[in-house]
Amino acid sequence: MKVARIVWKSWVFHLLNLTRSGFFVLISMLQPLIFASIAFYVFRAGHKPGTLLYAAIGAGLMGIWSATLFGSGGAIQWQRWQGTLESLIVAPPPFIFVLAPLTVATATTGLYALCGTLLWGRLLFGVPLHLAHPFLFAVAIPATVLSLGFLGLVLASTFVLYRNANALSNLLEYPVWLVTGLLVPLSLLPGWVRPIGWVLAPTWGVRAIREAALGGRPLPAIGLCVGLGVVYLLLGTICLDRFERLARDQATLSLT
Amino acid sequence: MSRVRSWLRLFFVGGLISYRALFNWIRPSIYIPTMLGAPLFQILFFTYLGRYRGLQTDAFFVVGNAVQSCSMSAIYAGTMTIANERWMQTLSPLLASPANRIALFLGRSLPVIANGIFVSAFGFGAGRLLLRFHPAPSTLPPLALVVIATVASCTALGLLLGALGLRARDTLFGANLAYFLMLLFCGVNVPLGELPGWMSAVGRCLPLTHGIAAARRVASGASLRGVSGLVLTELAVGAAYAAAAYGLFRVLEVDSRRRASLESL
Repeated sequence: MKVARIVWKSWVFHLLNLTRSGFFVLISMLQPLIFASIAFYVFRAGHKPGTLLYAAIGAGLMGIWSATLFGSGGAIQWQRWQGTLESLIVAPPPFIFVLAPLTVATATTGLYALCGTLLWGRLLFGVPLHLAHPFLFAVAIPATVLSLGFLGLVLASTFVLYRNANALSNLLEYPVWLVTGLLVPLSLLPGWVRPIGWVLAPTWGVRAIREAALGGRPLPAIGLCVGLGVVYLLLGTICLDRFERLARDQATLSLT
Repeated sequence: MSRVRSWLRLFFVGGLISYRALFNWIRPSIYIPTMLGAPLFQILFFTYLGRYRGLQTDAFFVVGNAVQSCSMSAIYAGTMTIANERWMQTLSPLLASPANRIALFLGRSLPVIANGIFVSAFGFGAGRLLLRFHPAPSTLPPLALVVIATVASCTALGLLLGALGLRARDTLFGANLAYFLMLLFCGVNVPLGELPGWMSAVGRCLPLTHGIAAARRVASGASLRGVSGLVLTELAVGAAYAAAAYGLFRVLEVDSRRRASLESL
């Protein structure tokens, strides 16, 4: 019960905190609308048939990934800069219960991106919002957000070792958009790229949401999303535990 | 004569020293992922998107994004060269000095322009190696001139945003927004003809648009004379932004002195 309370309160706190950040407003609200507009114009101008809803969902997921990447990638660094990292580490609850709600909150702010791009597409580009499986669409979204949040936990825990994590975040935005098939089908990419996409949650998240919206069988993709989320949670817990010990032993916790 | 020497010294040496001081935090572990890695994957992402939708050739996206990648240096660094002085609390001593403001202002843009050219050249090289982009060797010199003109005009926009930093608290928000909007409005990935009329009209008033159009024509074999109109327009747009930046900087400088708000963040 105590753990659930910590997780819930932390998630709400970080969500409110992030929505007051100009940077997150840009990343999770404005940037996705700009990229969605580019995608809509490219899809319209292209010579191949296809629905703009495909582009709207892809652009929304791009926003969720950006919010997760920059939020989770910088999570520990920000705590260092603010001088709160040591207090959080020495607090009685295990650090995982403090950090996981933060990374899930960063993914949750990405929901603005998905809702924003769907609404933007509907209002400005006349994209129809007829969902083939409304219930599964409603299930696929939280499954995707949670799995991306836990992928963020893995990023946050491993980025502890990398002092310039923000630069790595800058690097990882476009490649993950590409290898997870958010706008470009994986079949167009070289064969060796596909296995990379398989271990990344956005691949299955976008597939689940698209198949729920456009028609298909979203359940396997939802299941894979949840499964990957559990794996990320375990991996993140192990990494965080190891790196926390290492930082304590070497007294490098507060070094920026 | 000594005034000219002093002006040139401030322009070249002052510009270089201020760049080294303001960007002393840049090291390979930051520069390579941000300034080279991100543009490389941006080029790949949009080229594959174009292939998927059957829109234009690889060269269209390689040239558009390689030229646009220079604006990362131009916009962000251009903004930071002024706004960061305020952030680092060095603006007051700087403005208390009798230094010529134009030399001070323009000298800072030189290293930014050089960096932008390097980033763009890297993008073109990566496109040549990884994608279906094979410009004739004879197109490289005019292409380089077009990139220089484009990065100079983009830097002028960066300086304008930086001048706003004398008053605005969060200049990087504006720089980020400008950077992403240019991706949409300047014909980087969507031909201007495919955008609504008002968007292409806005795009034509921004740096980058005419530079990208010129670079695309040069890459497909046009001579420098054939694109001189576009290059001159790009330079004129840049000059207008530079003049606006200098004017705004002086207005806000005087106003900040009057209000004693130079160092208030």
